[in-house]
Parts: sequence; C-alpha cells; structure tokens
Amino acid sequence: MVKQAAAGRPNHLFRNLNSKIASIPMILVATVIFLGGTIWTVFYSFTNSRLLPRLSFVGIEQYERLWASSRWIISIQNLAIYGILSLIFSLVIGFMLAALMDQKIRFENTFRTIFLYPFALSFIVTGLVWQWVLNPEFGVQSVVRSLGWTSFSFDPLYNPQIVIYGILIAALWQGTGLVMCLMLAGLRGIDEDIWKAARVDGIPMWRTYLFVVIPMMRPVFVTTLVIIASGIVKVYDLVVAQTSGGPGNASEVPAKYVYDYMFQAQNLGQGFAASTMMLLTVAIIIIPWAYLEFGGRKRG
Amino acid sequence: MNIRAMAATLAATVALPFGLANATDLEVTHWWTSGGEAAAVGELAKAFDATGNKWIDGAIAGSGSTARPIMISRITGGDPMGATQFNHGRQAEELVQEGLMRDLTEVAEKGKWKEVIRPASLLDSCTIDGKIYCAPVNIHSWQWLWLSNDAFKTAGVPVPKDWNEFVAAAPKLKEAGIQPLALGGQPWQANGLFDTLIISIGGKEIYEKVYQEKDAEVAAGPEMAKIFQAASQARDMAKGSNVQDWNQATNMVITGKAGGQIMGDWAQGEFQIAGKTAGTDYSCLPGLGLNEYLATGGDAFYFPLIEDEEKSKAQDILAETIVDPKVQVAFNLKKGSLPVRGDVDVAAANDCMKKGIDILAKGSVLISTDQLLSQDTQKQKEDLMSEFFASTSITPEDAQKRFVDIIASAD
Repeated sequence: MVKQAAAGRPNHLFRNLNSKIASIPMILVATVIFLGGTIWTVFYSFTNSRLLPRLSFVGIEQYERLWASSRWIISIQNLAIYGILSLIFSLVIGFMLAALMDQKIRFENTFRTIFLYPFALSFIVTGLVWQWVLNPEFGVQSVVRSLGWTSFSFDPLYNPQIVIYGILIAALWQGTGLVMCLMLAGLRGIDEDIWKAARVDGIPMWRTYLFVVIPMMRPVFVTTLVIIASGIVKVYDLVVAQTSGGPGNASEVPAKYVYDYMFQAQNLGQGFAASTMMLLTVAIIIIPWAYLEFGGRKRG
Repeated sequence: MNIRAMAATLAATVALPFGLANATDLEVTHWWTSGGEAAAVGELAKAFDATGNKWIDGAIAGSGSTARPIMISRITGGDPMGATQFNHGRQAEELVQEGLMRDLTEVAEKGKWKEVIRPASLLDSCTIDGKIYCAPVNIHSWQWLWLSNDAFKTAGVPVPKDWNEFVAAAPKLKEAGIQPLALGGQPWQANGLFDTLIISIGGKEIYEKVYQEKDAEVAAGPEMAKIFQAASQARDMAKGSNVQDWNQATNMVITGKAGGQIMGDWAQGEFQIAGKTAGTDYSCLPGLGLNEYLATGGDAFYFPLIEDEEKSKAQDILAETIVDPKVQVAFNLKKGSLPVRGDVDVAAANDCMKKGIDILAKGSVLISTDQLLSQDTQKQKEDLMSEFFASTSITPEDAQKRFVDIIASAD
C-alpha cells in the first residue's frame, strides 16, 4: 500500500513517514485523552450527574449553583490573590537572587544548591513543614516569644483573614529556587561584551539590568511565566497539606472545590461545572496572550 | 486466655459450616484508625480469621471524607475490595443501583436479620428494591456531650448537667485557662455539632420537619433562629481549639485541657483506651442533657460484586460474622458504639453505653442525617458550618439564610 502510493505521486501525507508514524501515539493521547476528556467534562457539566455520569440535562443549573456558592467565590478570590502575588514575588525574588548570584561570588554552587533545594520537595512535604513553622505553639511565634518579645503574634494559618498569605509564603519558599535557576541561565546567556560596553558608557549596573539585560531575556521570562502560571492554576496539594482549606473555608482554592464536589459530595455535575469554569478562566488569559505572542510574530 | 480463644474458634467453626474448608483472603477497607477504633477492628478481624479466612486490613487514614472517594473510585474503576465500610444511609445508594454491590438477602434471611436488628431503620437503609445490600455493624449517635470532670474541678464549678449549664460555666473555664469547648477543624465536625444542637435544643419535631420533610419555612423560622444563636455561643466557646482531627479534640478533654466536646459516641473508645472511667474521670450527656433523643447512624459493611466464587463465599461469611451476637458485643465494647441487635448481653458495658442502650430501648430514636440527606446536601451544610464556626464575620442570621437555601434545594 505504502509503496504504491509513494510510487504514484509525491504525497504530502507520506513525507517523513517514519516520524509521522512515531508521533501517532502522542497524537492519539492528545486528542482522545486531553481533548476528548475535556469535551466530555464540559458536556456532562450540563447534566445532573451524581456519583456516576448520567445523561439527564438540566441546562446551566450547575453553573447557577456554582456562582451562588460562597465557597466557590472565596476560592476564586483566593486564587486571584495567590496567583497575582506569587507571580510577582517569585519573578522579583527569583531575578534578584539570580542577579546577586551573577556577581561572581564565592561559593556560588553552595548557594545555588541551598536555594534550589526546596524545589526537590513535593508540595505535600512543603505544606506540612510550613504548617509546623507557622504553628503558633511550636513555630515562628513561639521562637520569637521565647526570645523575650512576648506580645509577638504571627499565626497566619489560624486567622481566616490572612491564611492565604501563609500558603503564599510556603509556595514562594518552594518555587523561587527554580525561578532563580532559570533566570541565572538567562543571565549567563548574555554576552560579556554587552556588559563591557555598558561599563565603557558609564551606565550604572541597575540600569543595565533594567533596560538592557531584562529586555534581552524575554524568552526566559516567557518560559518562566508559563511554568509559574500553570503551577498557580492547579494549586491543590499545598492547601490540602497545610490547612485543608481551613480555617472554615478561608483558604479554599478552585481545584479543591472540584475534587470535593466530585468525590466527597458525590456530585459529578457540580464538579464538572467548576472545572469547566477553571478551563474557561485559563482560556480567557491564554488565548489573547497566545494571539499576541504567536499571531504577531507571523505578521511581523 | 488461650482456652477462651480456642473455644471461640471452635464455636465459630461450628456455627459457620464453610469454616476451615479453604482460606480466602478478603480485603476490607475502612477508615477506623484512631486508637479505640483500631482495637475494635482487631476484634472483627480476629472473628473473621477464626472462620478460616483471612482478613486483609485496608485501613484508610484521614476520616470518611478522605476514605470514601478512594473506596468508590476503586469500586467504579473495576478494582473492588472484598468488603467496605460506609455509614448507614445513602453513601452507597448509586453503587447499589448500578448493580455493583452483592445482594445479601439470603444471608440476611438465614440470620433472621429482620427480626433481630433494631431499630428497623438500619436495615431499611440497607434495603433497595426489597433486597438487602449491607450488613449493619454498629449504631453511632452524634448527640453526646463529653465533659472532663478534672477541668471543672480546676475551674471550681460543678460538672454541668446539661448544655445550658455548660454554657454558663464557660467563662469560669476560660478564667482558669481551660478551653471551654474542643472542636476539630474538619468540616464534618462542625456540621455534626450543629445537627446535634437541632435535636437537643430544638427537639424531635424541628429535626424531622427540616431534614426529613425539608421544610424551608421551618428552617427559616424563629425556632431555628434559636438554634443558630446556640451555635453562635458554641462558636465562641470553641474559639482557640486549634486542632484538626476529632480524636485530638477528644484528647484535650481527656487531658483536662478542654471542658467538653460535642462528638459522637465513638469518642467513648478514646476515653477507654486512655484508661478513664465514666462517671469519675469524665461525664457524658446524651442529647446534651436536654432532649434525650439519639439519631441512630453508624456503620455498615457493603460487599462489592466479585466474579469469584471463593471470594463471594468469604463475603457471605464475613456478613454473618459481623452480625453474630458475640462479635457484636466484642466489637462494640471496644468501639464505644451500640450493638445493632437488641438480643445481646451487654452487661460489660460502661455507664455511658448503658445510658445509650436505655434510650434505644425506650425507642427515643431518630433517623440519622446521613440517611435523610444526600451526600451533596451534607457537603453544602459542611461548607456552611465550617465557615460559620471558623469566623465570627458571619452572623447567625446570615448563616440561617444560607441554611434555608440549602434546605430548599435539598434532596
């Protein structure tokens, strides 16, 4: 068959046949599991499926209930606070660490290992460690108090108003090391001559970083942004390990809502509706960005 | 000791004809992991092993809300265990309707379950379309207030006789540096506490109107408003108990760090393991000392349908073993729960259990919320209650409004 076709006429379809055959499993996985699963989920979010998927449509009832639920609203707010702050702080701290590391310091390897080390831990371990560190009876608060400052109070995990910042601290501790490494790799990719030229022109170092080096590091920043952002949307295990959503509902996140309603409340329809909303939010952010990023390049 | 164990083994082999014929491994999943619970599971395993089969323990830590999703996904995913725990009620309803569970009607008829199991509502919630799908193992009720006698001695107030006295004694406890009410942070605990307040302060009629008939008007009414006020008091009393698990909270009562805890009778097992005596070290008030009604929830074992004759036989034997009078007594004494049979001898029961047995005998029983409400509705209530108990920013009035919405759409 293949021979005949190839002998007949030059066919686009059969060019690079080997690599096309090799990528069939990946294409199948992508279409059937990712795309198929997504479509299936969106489809069933319009049903009143309970423990098992069931085809009885209720329109947008699940979505109405979702947006009337105060827990979902809290989850969304938490994700927004957590997302924006962790994006800003991990980029700023990561870049600053990398810039400091780039000053030809001694023991650079040692510092790099120390900063990257937390990234080797899973979110579950990170969450448990910080649960202890932030526990008022054993952690930071009790250490500071035992040093003599007895009125010191720092218990973010037990205060509904600031609990999300307690989670943010743990996430930054875990994640900035990686950002630092990516940034450092970017900085090392900058040509020495640029620095020399800047020095000859008498441009202060901070201005060189801000106006010359950072614009040149655009691809590194884009990669880092994608890695951080995907981590933000799916944050779940850190919250489960650190606070399990508490106190009350104060540190709930959307991914946890999806899991709890699909499996604990045995209400698949509601969980699907919530996960569809998560997908929609991601799409709203990603699509314009992708259009600007890739669409623009084609035109240019 | 040895002779008794041997006698038990012999008795079991006589009673159960399949006996030693062939040993079958049966994996049993449950979420009984605290000290008292594990001791009780040991009794079940011992009795089942004595039939010549082998109990493979599949304990899942982290309470029912963690364990149930794992169990359900194993059953629906085609990797069923030999038997699994669920609470009495509707948690496995859809699994049965899908035909994933084994029909135990024959075993039940042979064991005359219909005659011996009381209250009848337990077997009713095992019954779907006239067939029996689960073996009830115990009766648990939520409506208990556990008090630490030591804590009240330290504070210099007499041990309260009911909830109102407890509330009145709370400031004294606080002065003495004692946490008045211990409450774990997991959502189901706040939810159970609230349901207990409904029965104990509101009474039987309100409980049935709201949860059985799902009457939103009653839920919005002044009687319920009173209960939300009581819940608000409980919230103030529980402020500062920074623990997660229920047994950690119970431990605060055992060690006298907290005055009391509203928790189901499974807390009893923890007191027992700690070597405390009912009446002298701790006190218990069923129905919070106000309305002595118990809502009879508890646990039952379900048996997934397995295409394996050996395993199916072993499942039947396990079902028989669970309801067996001797096992019932041994298990429930350790667990702190009440036996599901009315015809067993519980002379060894302590004061608190006897109080519970008396209430059951009087027939002052209600159907538990797990039987009346779907998991979905329960989860919504849990969300509301855990939010309410964690933060004073929600007024009782707001909470009631949201409660009414949940009841109006409940099923």
